[in-house]
Amino acid sequence: MHISEGVLSPAVLAGGAALAVVGTAIGLKKMDNAAIPRVALLSAAFFVASLIHVPVGPVGLHLVLNGLMGLLVGWPAVPAILIALLLQALLFQFGGLTVLGVNTVVMAAPAVICFWLFRPLLRRPGAPAAVGAFACGAVAILLSGLLVAAALLTTGQAFLQVARLVVLAHIPVMLVEGVITLFIFFFLQKVRPEMLEGIYA
Amino acid sequence: MSAIQEPFSEGTSLMHRLDPRVRLVAAALFAVLTAAVQTYAAALAALALALVCLALARLPMRKVLARLLVVNSFIIFLWLVLPFTYPGDVVWRWGPLAVTREGLLITGLITVKSNAIIIGLIALAATMPVTTLGQALQRLRLPEKLCHLLLFTYRYLYVIEQEYRRLVQAMKIRGFRPGTNLHTYRTYANLAAMLLVRSYDRADRVYQAMLCRGFHGTFYSLGTLSWQRRDGLFGVAAGLALLMLGYVEWGLPRPR
Repeated sequence: MHISEGVLSPAVLAGGAALAVVGTAIGLKKMDNAAIPRVALLSAAFFVASLIHVPVGPVGLHLVLNGLMGLLVGWPAVPAILIALLLQALLFQFGGLTVLGVNTVVMAAPAVICFWLFRPLLRRPGAPAAVGAFACGAVAILLSGLLVAAALLTTGQAFLQVARLVVLAHIPVMLVEGVITLFIFFFLQKVRPEMLEGIYA
Repeated sequence: MSAIQEPFSEGTSLMHRLDPRVRLVAAALFAVLTAAVQTYAAALAALALALVCLALARLPMRKVLARLLVVNSFIIFLWLVLPFTYPGDVVWRWGPLAVTREGLLITGLITVKSNAIIIGLIALAATMPVTTLGQALQRLRLPEKLCHLLLFTYRYLYVIEQEYRRLVQAMKIRGFRPGTNLHTYRTYANLAAMLLVRSYDRADRVYQAMLCRGFHGTFYSLGTLSWQRRDGLFGVAAGLALLMLGYVEWGLPRPR
């Protein structure tokens, strides 16, 4: 979920922006010239994949796949997500400019964390890799939800109920993302294993 | 028709003709300042400034309103929760639900600020094509790699969206009907994975083509930005307006 403009306090916005700048700098440093088109095209693919609405009962949830993004590119996920969010803010006016930093951290920090957290699991073939792939998708969304809640709560305690609802709303998304990330991982393993090289490097 | 559209980027209004750099800087400062204000006076002043810019951009109103409606979904969510849960004086009670004065005030303030910033962004920043934006950001000394990432992502967004449409069409022809079941999830996962595979393959070809043309880390653009007198005038006017906004927020004695 994107936080809109005008909601968060200046301190939280500034903190988010500072973290996003650091993460982007690290991500850009780890990206050589050959990686630019690769990261950019994956970023575009993730942007388009977020147009897919998966039915869960009566509602349609759109895919986020930030866990998978981290799994495929590692640190460069931060600048890639920053760009995707900037484009969303410009093309759809979702999110915005002042919340760009916070929203980048909300989406990209879980991507990078999951990459490091589940890499050992994903390297092992068979069931552990499957568990790792599911966890990568699910935990990334959980962390995103918790980060949104944290951003709201550090803005003001009055947002407690809103934050609670936000985290609750992330739970079904978590399960769906876990399952979809698992299936995508299997597909890539079969069809284009070299895309998963980052896990073994 | 593509789902990704830029209805505001083309035009001949004064706003569209201004130098993109001055517009971007003005938009960023305006957004940051407006996000920081805490009083209704300043928030409403910001909204007024945003509306002036919107008038200068002469955008199709119907499309702007449609956009605003969609973007306000988070705000609507806040209206459904915040007035009932914010601590303060109860002004209205219905069963277990109690609406507080403070809750209404803060949600109203957030709504005004949020829409002021969004309208400002539509008028100042969404009125330029993304390629121009990339060029302007490069000239504003953002990291080169980041600008390349922006231009490439944007360039292939539409290509990949078309691939996506083809794949969805193929699924429909084969009788795919989504539901809440594993088969649906697996199918959508394969769809997303196929998009990733195709984008990965395309990236390799793109990079080879770039190497063939001697790429060594810089993009050369034939389009040039030229700074004119009206850009300077707009910059000065925007600066004064922002100073006034700051004065309304922090300079005036606050009514308690």
